Order: sequence, then C-alpha cells, then structure tokens
Amino acid sequence: MEKTLAIMKQGESGIITRMEGGEEFKRKLRTIGIREGKRVLLVTKQYFGGPVVLKVDGRDTSIGRGMARRIFVDV
Amino acid sequence: MSRGEQCSLPKDMPEGLDPEQRTEELMKAVNVGKSVVFSRLTGAKVITSNYAGTTVDFCQGHIRVGKGKFDIIDAPGTYSLQPTNKSEEVAVEMLKQADIVVIVLDSTNLERNLFLTHEILETGKPAIIALNMWDEAQHLGIDIDQDMLEGALGVPVVPTVALSGEGIKDLVDKFDDARTSELEPTIDEARWINVGTIIKNVQTVTHKHHTMRDRLEDVTIRPLTGIPIAIGIIFLAFWLVRFIGEGLITFVMDPLFELYRPAVMDLSNMLGGSGWLHDMLIGSLINGDVDFLESLGVLTTGLYVPFGMVLPYIVAFYLVLALMEDTGYLPRLSTLSDNIFHRLGMHGYGIVPLMLGMGCNVPGVLATRNLETQKQRFIAATLLAVSVPCMAQIAMIFGVLGSHGPFYIFLVFITLFFVYITIGLILNRIMKGESPEIFLEIPPYRRPVLRTTLKKTWMRVQGFLKEAVPWMIFGVFFINILYTLGFFDLLGQAFSPLMESWLGLPAVVAPVLIIGFLRKDLAVGMLLSLGTLMSPMQLVIAVTMLTMYFPCMATFIVLFKELGLKGLVQAIMVMFIMAATVGGLMRLILIGV
Repeated sequence: MEKTLAIMKQGESGIITRMEGGEEFKRKLRTIGIREGKRVLLVTKQYFGGPVVLKVDGRDTSIGRGMARRIFVDV
Repeated sequence: MSRGEQCSLPKDMPEGLDPEQRTEELMKAVNVGKSVVFSRLTGAKVITSNYAGTTVDFCQGHIRVGKGKFDIIDAPGTYSLQPTNKSEEVAVEMLKQADIVVIVLDSTNLERNLFLTHEILETGKPAIIALNMWDEAQHLGIDIDQDMLEGALGVPVVPTVALSGEGIKDLVDKFDDARTSELEPTIDEARWINVGTIIKNVQTVTHKHHTMRDRLEDVTIRPLTGIPIAIGIIFLAFWLVRFIGEGLITFVMDPLFELYRPAVMDLSNMLGGSGWLHDMLIGSLINGDVDFLESLGVLTTGLYVPFGMVLPYIVAFYLVLALMEDTGYLPRLSTLSDNIFHRLGMHGYGIVPLMLGMGCNVPGVLATRNLETQKQRFIAATLLAVSVPCMAQIAMIFGVLGSHGPFYIFLVFITLFFVYITIGLILNRIMKGESPEIFLEIPPYRRPVLRTTLKKTWMRVQGFLKEAVPWMIFGVFFINILYTLGFFDLLGQAFSPLMESWLGLPAVVAPVLIIGFLRKDLAVGMLLSLGTLMSPMQLVIAVTMLTMYFPCMATFIVLFKELGLKGLVQAIMVMFIMAATVGGLMRLILIGV
C-alpha cells in the first residue's frame, strides 16, 4: 500500500516510490540519499505537526512535515 | 577575508607569491569531519563539531610538501554544487579558485557523499579523495573496496581517520598524484545511476545488531521520552555552567584579583587618592579601599567585570556547549524544538545561533548563515541581538539583582523569553519571504574527544577576547571623554521626562542605559551604586532595558556585516519599538501607574 511518510507510524518501514514537488526539493532529498527505491524507516514524528525523523541507509534525517507529505512510500 | 569565530588563522600567513605555491581546497559533503582533516593537515586551529554547518566561512592555512608549498582552504560543507544557503555558496565559490581539490568523504555514509563527488570530478579539477572516518565504518560493518573506488572515480583514494591523524601523511604524499577524473559532465539522473552502480560494486555492508547507541538515539529523538530528556539536559547544562563558572570565580579569579589589589592601592596612593586621572584609572575608593564592583575605574571595575565576572562564565558556557556539540546532541535538540522555532519564522536550526549567542552574540549572529533564507537570517539575528542575553549581560543581571533574590532575576529572564517569542511571531507574520522547513542530518552519537573539546572551548574564548576586549578599551576612553564634556548630564536632562513618566525610573538612570552600550561594567557598577535610590522592581526594569539594547559595539558591527545597512536599521527599529513597549508594560505591571 502506498502512503506518505507523514501518515506512516513510528517504527513502520517501506520503499520510497515517488516524491512530489519542485525539482529543487527532490534534488535536495536525493543528494543526501533519500530517493526512490530506498528502504526508509520512520524513526519518529514530533508532536503538533513537527518534523518527521526518518532513517535511510542507517542514517537519521529530520525533515519538515510538509516535506514528509510529499514523499510516498510503499509499505 | 572575514573571520568568524569558526575560523582562526595561523599567524604566519604565506609570505608573497611562490611559483611552487598551489591552492588546495577541501570539499566535503556536510558533516564528515572535513575541518578535522584541515586542522590535521595544516595545524591550524579550526572549530569542529559533530553536526553539519560548523564551518560557515572559509579558513586558510598552508603546508610544505617536499619543495612545493600549498595554500589550503577549508570550505564550508555542501551537499551539492547547487547551493541552498549562504555558507554553501561560499563553498561553491571557493571550488572555482582551487587548483587541486581534496574531497573528504564520510566512509560511514558513502552513498550520500558520492553525488557531490561526482559533480566535483565532472568539473575537471584534479582531485584526491580522503575516505574519512574509516575506523568508524569498519566498526559499523561497512567495507569499502578502496582500489575499486579508485578505478571507478579515476582519482587517488586514501583512507583517513582525521580525529586520530591516521592516514593524513599518506594523504599529503598523494597531493602530487591528484588527477583529473574522466567523468563527463552529465545530468542528475545519470549521476544517480552511476552512484548506485559504484556503491553496489565497492561497498559491502555486514548486518549489525541493535546496539546500545541505537537505543540511546531512538530514546532521545522520540518526543515522548526525548522532550523530558531534553529539558533535563538543558537544566543540567545550566547547572554545570553555573557550577564551573562559580568555581572559576571563587578559586581562580577572585584570588588573582586579591593579589592584584595591593598594586592598585599603591597606584591610588601615588596618584594622591583623587583627581581626574585617579577617577579614571581607579575610580572612587569605598571606605578607603578599592571595591572591584563599585569603584568604576578602568583598572578596577573595568578589569574586574570582563575578566573576573564574565570570562569564567564564558569559559564554562563554551565548555558545556562544546560537549553538547561534539556528542551530536544539538541536532536532536533542533529536531525536538523545531516546532517552536518554525512558528517564529525559523526552524530547528535556530537553536544553534541561540545557544552560541548566550555565550557571546557575535558568533551567534555568524551562525545564522546556515539558515536558508534572508527572512530566517534576519529574524534569527534580530532576536539574538534584542532578546538573547550574552554572558556579559547575564553577569550584569545576576550582579545587579543577585542580592535581591532569585525572583527578580527570574522576572528578567521570563520577560526576555516573552520578548523572544513575541518578536518572532510578529516578524514571521509581517515579513515577506519564505521560512523553509527543517532539513537536518542527524549524526550518530560520538564520544567527545577531550582534546578537541578543550581546544574548541579555548578558541571560542580567545575569539571572545579578541572581539570584545578592543571594544571595551575603546568604550572606556570614549565614555571618559564624553563624561568630561558633560555629555551625560545633558543626556540625563533630555531623557529624564521619558525615564520618569514612561519607565518609572529616576532620571539618573538615563546615562546608565546609554553607557551600557559601550561599557557593560560601568553600567553594572553604576546601577549597583544607584541601588539605594531604586526599588528592586525599578532595577528589574533598568536591567531588562539594558539587556534589550544591542549587547555591544562588536555585535553592532557583525549585524551590519551580516544583514547590511538596511537590515541593521530594521533591527534597530525592532529593538527600539520593543524596548519602549516592554519597558512601559513592565512599569505598569511591576510598579503600577
């Protein structure tokens, strides 16, 4: 099932299928290794719409909730 | 070039032009210990941290290799050659000027770094690669086939462990082997495919078990457990600062000043105990003796406040901050607090300038460079200057109100806290421009290396002494001249209606508020001696007003450099409006009409 990172639950993982948004946004994510075909683990979500912490290749990254809504994952 | 606190240069700069001289540049993906490599290569002192964005400016150093001499430039880290913030722009600009590029890669995170590597190699600059954090990669079960990587990229590859210095000599030996890669300029998609292929071929990852460190990382980043832990850590940090700071004062600085006292007394006797020169150097004797807080002379209060009161806390503060940085805790704190900062127009990274600024506002303002937009940088810098007290201001708050009890000190801090939040909320609303969301790599926890932590603390303290002390000396003379000319009496008269009616303070406080901009020590001393004329609540108002001014001349100048004239003027307007509003409100609430 495909859903966005923003609605994934803590501890859930899946494969990134696509990312929506401007080229610059997608490029920024890809340059640090968050890109299509990668396995991603949702480490945690901060309260009140705060950032999402995800793990790709064993490395944690914090991204804003808005960005997380535009990253789709097959879980 | 401009020098930030992040960067301190070796005194002996390369003399003249040397035909053998070449420029080397270190380029890196963010947070891979490039500055550590730089510091190892050149022996230069550079501040390093376990999080991205420590190097916001470039640093320069040089080394000799055989008969050749290399200028080495340490550029800020970047993820790509298409910069997203000011410090990344610096990095890209520096690359254009380099003759050879040393690309420092994080072995534990090779894939992430290879994209930038690919881009740099495409430019055709001769390059060599340092596979840094080699030891940690081994530890994590990541094996990289060095020869195969060398073959794939077409440039020499050297494994290094910059923290311990391993491999640095090999790296230097290979400078002459730097080659141009055969990678052709291409589009992003092709780069990704190539990076993917290289990774598949050169890297083998052995599965590792869940370690204690992983568990600690999870617990400190999940809000349910992370927020209480963060609060605990912040309290612990401030307790530590106080404990270390007070210890330094009681056991080091105060005894030193007692040794110094007879010398000042001798000088006082020599000058005959009064007169213009005596007043300026020694100040007034209190009960026939020098009082380091209230005498107000250049050689008494002028020395005691910065060195006896402020410096110990600066040392303590930077030491504790360095620990939080080197362990890798700070990016986690940024993530946990992002929500608040985002509402104030910044994002979680805003905590870095805030924390640095509590030591000294100057490095705090420089750290705003890592925020992406002009709007974010303006908000962060203005908030810092107006509502974040630096150590000198904190010392002043404690010095003036300490004897009246913690409640009054608390009043000042809670007011400043509300000012911070209010200005942030308002500026975020009214300012045009974007406030991008947080996007922050979180490094694994590392055990801090004592030597590096102490070195960093010492460098920041040195930075404070270099930035602040010259202005302090300038302030002393400037103020004494104005004093002699009777400027402050005039000013007092001019402002006294405003003081009395609006802030509810005696007219004599007006000059103190103005002097405070140039000489914090004098302001403290004068307020202390005015203490009998004023109620504790009036002192609270005076101290809060003093804190809301720009902390000092040095901050004023760094704001001008970072924000430009227009930005500075806007920041000053925010400061005046807020100071007047807050002062009036405090008067109403604390004293009544």
